Amino acid sequence: MTQADLLPWAVAIPLLGAPVLAVAGRVLPRLGCDVLATAAAAGDVACLALLWSRIHGVSTARLGGWPARVGIVLAADRVGAGLALLVAVLVLAVLVYSWRYFDEPSGERAGLFPAMVLVFEAGMVGFALTGDLFNAFVFFELMGASAYALTGYRIEDPRPLQGALTFGVVNSFAAYLSLLGIGLLYARTGQLDLAAIGRGLAGRPPDLLVVTAFALVVTAMLVKAAVAPFHFWLPDAHAVAPTPVCMLMSGAMVELGVYGAARIYWTVFSGAGGVPHDAFRHTFTAFGVATALLGAVMCWQQRHLKRLLAFSTIAHVGLFVTALAALTPDGTAGAAVYVAAHGCVKAALFGLTGVLLDRYGSVDEHGLHGRARQLRLVGVLFTVGGLALAGLPPFGTGLGKALSEEAVSSSAGAWLTAVYVAVSAVTGGAVLRVALRVFWGVGPRPAEDHDDDQTTGEGEEPEIRGPLRGLPVMMTAVPGALLVLGAVPGCVPAVAHAITDGARALADPALYRRAVLGPPAEVRLPGAPVSSAWTVEGVALGCVSAAAAILLGAGSALRPLPAGRLLRLGVRALRRLHSGHLGDYLAWLAVGVAVLCAALAAQA
Amino acid sequence: MTARGRVLLFGAGAVVVAVFFGLSCGELPRFGATAHPYGDRAVAASLAHRTANVVSSVNFDVRAFDTLGEESILFATVLGATLLLRLARDEQVRPAPAEGVLPTTRLLGIVLLPLALVVGVYIVAHGQLSPGGGFQGGVVLATALHLGYVAADYRVLERVRPLAVLDVADSAAAAAFTVMGLAGLAAGGAFLKNVLPLGTFNQITSGGTVPLFNAAVGIEVASGVIVLLAHFLEQAVEMSGPPEGGGSAEEEH
Amino acid sequence: MGVLVYLAAGWMLLVALYGLVTSRNLVHAVGCLSVAQASTYVLLLAVGYRDGATAPVFSDLAPGSRPLVDPVVQALALTDVVVGATVTALLLALTIQLRKRYSTLDPQALTGLRG
Repeated sequence: MTQADLLPWAVAIPLLGAPVLAVAGRVLPRLGCDVLATAAAAGDVACLALLWSRIHGVSTARLGGWPARVGIVLAADRVGAGLALLVAVLVLAVLVYSWRYFDEPSGERAGLFPAMVLVFEAGMVGFALTGDLFNAFVFFELMGASAYALTGYRIEDPRPLQGALTFGVVNSFAAYLSLLGIGLLYARTGQLDLAAIGRGLAGRPPDLLVVTAFALVVTAMLVKAAVAPFHFWLPDAHAVAPTPVCMLMSGAMVELGVYGAARIYWTVFSGAGGVPHDAFRHTFTAFGVATALLGAVMCWQQRHLKRLLAFSTIAHVGLFVTALAALTPDGTAGAAVYVAAHGCVKAALFGLTGVLLDRYGSVDEHGLHGRARQLRLVGVLFTVGGLALAGLPPFGTGLGKALSEEAVSSSAGAWLTAVYVAVSAVTGGAVLRVALRVFWGVGPRPAEDHDDDQTTGEGEEPEIRGPLRGLPVMMTAVPGALLVLGAVPGCVPAVAHAITDGARALADPALYRRAVLGPPAEVRLPGAPVSSAWTVEGVALGCVSAAAAILLGAGSALRPLPAGRLLRLGVRALRRLHSGHLGDYLAWLAVGVAVLCAALAAQA
Repeated sequence: MTARGRVLLFGAGAVVVAVFFGLSCGELPRFGATAHPYGDRAVAASLAHRTANVVSSVNFDVRAFDTLGEESILFATVLGATLLLRLARDEQVRPAPAEGVLPTTRLLGIVLLPLALVVGVYIVAHGQLSPGGGFQGGVVLATALHLGYVAADYRVLERVRPLAVLDVADSAAAAAFTVMGLAGLAAGGAFLKNVLPLGTFNQITSGGTVPLFNAAVGIEVASGVIVLLAHFLEQAVEMSGPPEGGGSAEEEH
Repeated sequence: MGVLVYLAAGWMLLVALYGLVTSRNLVHAVGCLSVAQASTYVLLLAVGYRDGATAPVFSDLAPGSRPLVDPVVQALALTDVVVGATVTALLLALTIQLRKRYSTLDPQALTGLRG
């Protein structure tokens, strides 16, 4: 099978699996549905792994046989295909995790949850592989629709419904904003294909229309990626979604927003008639750093474990965006490795939180203090996950962090390295603090905090009926396997090299254009490879942030950290901003779009 | 945030966005301008594949992958609504009460329902020739069936609406679209390629695979919308829920 | 006339956003989202219009006899309508269940997720 065939198969497999599961679920027992779902997911992993290993530049597939100026062309470089592969691997992990777990509807609706997960997968894979802007919007909405339904899954509790509703309204509104941007671009260039729009814009100097269209289109990506101030929906959705869904959202869906923003900038707006590189660099570095710092501060404050992990995802997204904003192949390579490893580690951490939810019906750090002592293995894995988040070598997250730090310090300045170290330390430290308190009972039990302004995590319903049976093996085995996967890029140089080598293609729009718009031919990646190995500074900085995370985590578990009054007031105000109110979130979205427009226009 | 603060924040952002958008509109091509290169290419492609309705050709031939995504969204929504509107653990289903039906409205329903169904089938079948197609015809078919509910009562609707069959038909039609696309891959070398004989222009069998995709989407949309409406109506008519006042959230926190 | 059509789309979007920000009822909020979506139809179809042209359907028209409006944006708008209808359906399903659990539809009353 040629590469051009593998691309549509990657989307067709889950799209076939979902209706088959929906029908088969009416007659098959639970085991049959699990087998079918796992088979479909495994098939997609195989297809994408084959595709990823064969791509040497940009692989294209003309759908319907139409060329790019008439029809839709699927175009995947190593980054897009790699992200699709990450999605497929996480979907397989999630479906295996849900095997003897998860209170799914029985009877004729037994196949519906895995069917929805497969449709979610189809949306994500299609988004990662497409080369057409409107098609990206359609698959963005497909991702969104399945995610809203999956988030609101537990209908007996009002909070998931609220989280899903906020998620749905904010993301859909952002998608409609991007559609306005697509309309503007279509009016200007008469094209919908990414490469063709990029070529069409190159004829004129950039004007206000181009800047506005870019701001509108990229807003949807930034909302999906949960970049501040568009991030408010993510902690609410993560706090209430079922654990398998959280694993997918934090591990893959959010990263697709980052990828979308990078792809759209590079392919459409990086040329002569688009947004100047410096404008993009400064604006997005600012957004990235703000997101990372806000995520880290809020992460530290949380006692609801899933919200804590959600804010740590936001912090890491800020780091990814900062690395991509450097606009160098090194930055892209670092971000790619970081994304791949972070996805696996974060999904593992959510999976382990699901164990706590299953056993104790709570995800409250204070309420669970010392209660999970007998879950030894889970505790060890949780600690390992926290260290991985902090960037300890030899984890892939450490390597990605090291490569990103090198890239941003050479392009923007050494102070950004400090941001990377600090944010990794704080987020890793928060996870370590949780591990020490919950699994080892370290330190005093925190005083009862009747602060109304927070979501505590008490009173959550276990996600499975019948907690009298033992813990399913898969609920620990899958997170363990994911942590191992997260270590692979850091430990196996060949894998890291493969990821970074392909990441160069993202920063090479001319190559992409040639592949999509030119005659169908094998297009190879020119140029020198980027570094993918550990450097002494990288290892040192990784150890520094891991050590800082351990100090922070252990220190605050033993004794609450002192904080000045001003700092406490500031943090309290920041927490009150996260009010759960839909109108607030959308007001911030309006402000975010305005800031984006103004910042880009001022520098263009 | 107070309501006032929210509106002020929104106002600040909205003013800036409005200014940018307004100025950008000034740089758009004049309304009614004659240069639409993609449109002209699409018309040429449609005529080359002998499809009289260019919009259907764009939807099911030239940009069929968009339509695959779109019908998958509809499928996902039906699945999602089935999951979200399922019977909660503290709810029961009670049979719908019989309602009095005026003989005149019942007569209207008896006459109009089959007529509307035929119109729906017509719109789906002629999608490649005249305005219409799978989506439009499917919605007409779905609402035609609900004439039974409007003209009579819920029990009549339940009799004319075989829900399990429609559920399976929805999934089967969604899968059929993908399978036909893969058949195009096998036979013609490209996913969703138009591989059937193109027929005579402006005849009902023209367009190659376009009528087939049309039919698949028509079945999917009709059954999907009927199932969707069935879940919503069940909530309104049949389910008796927990007592009013806060519901069954496990505990306050 | 020229720019007003495009400005109308922008106006609709901002009015819908205002409605969403100040909404006191979730069904109203979902309706505002539909208005936001309608603004995208207006922009797309306005972009595709051609003076003196007719619909791009040849069932009663000989090819080449008259100019046609842009069929691509019409197909995009069609896709957009379906996407919007389905998202609205999902959000309304969530609203129904929310009403049952909170016995109110006021976003101010949704205080479960904060901090």
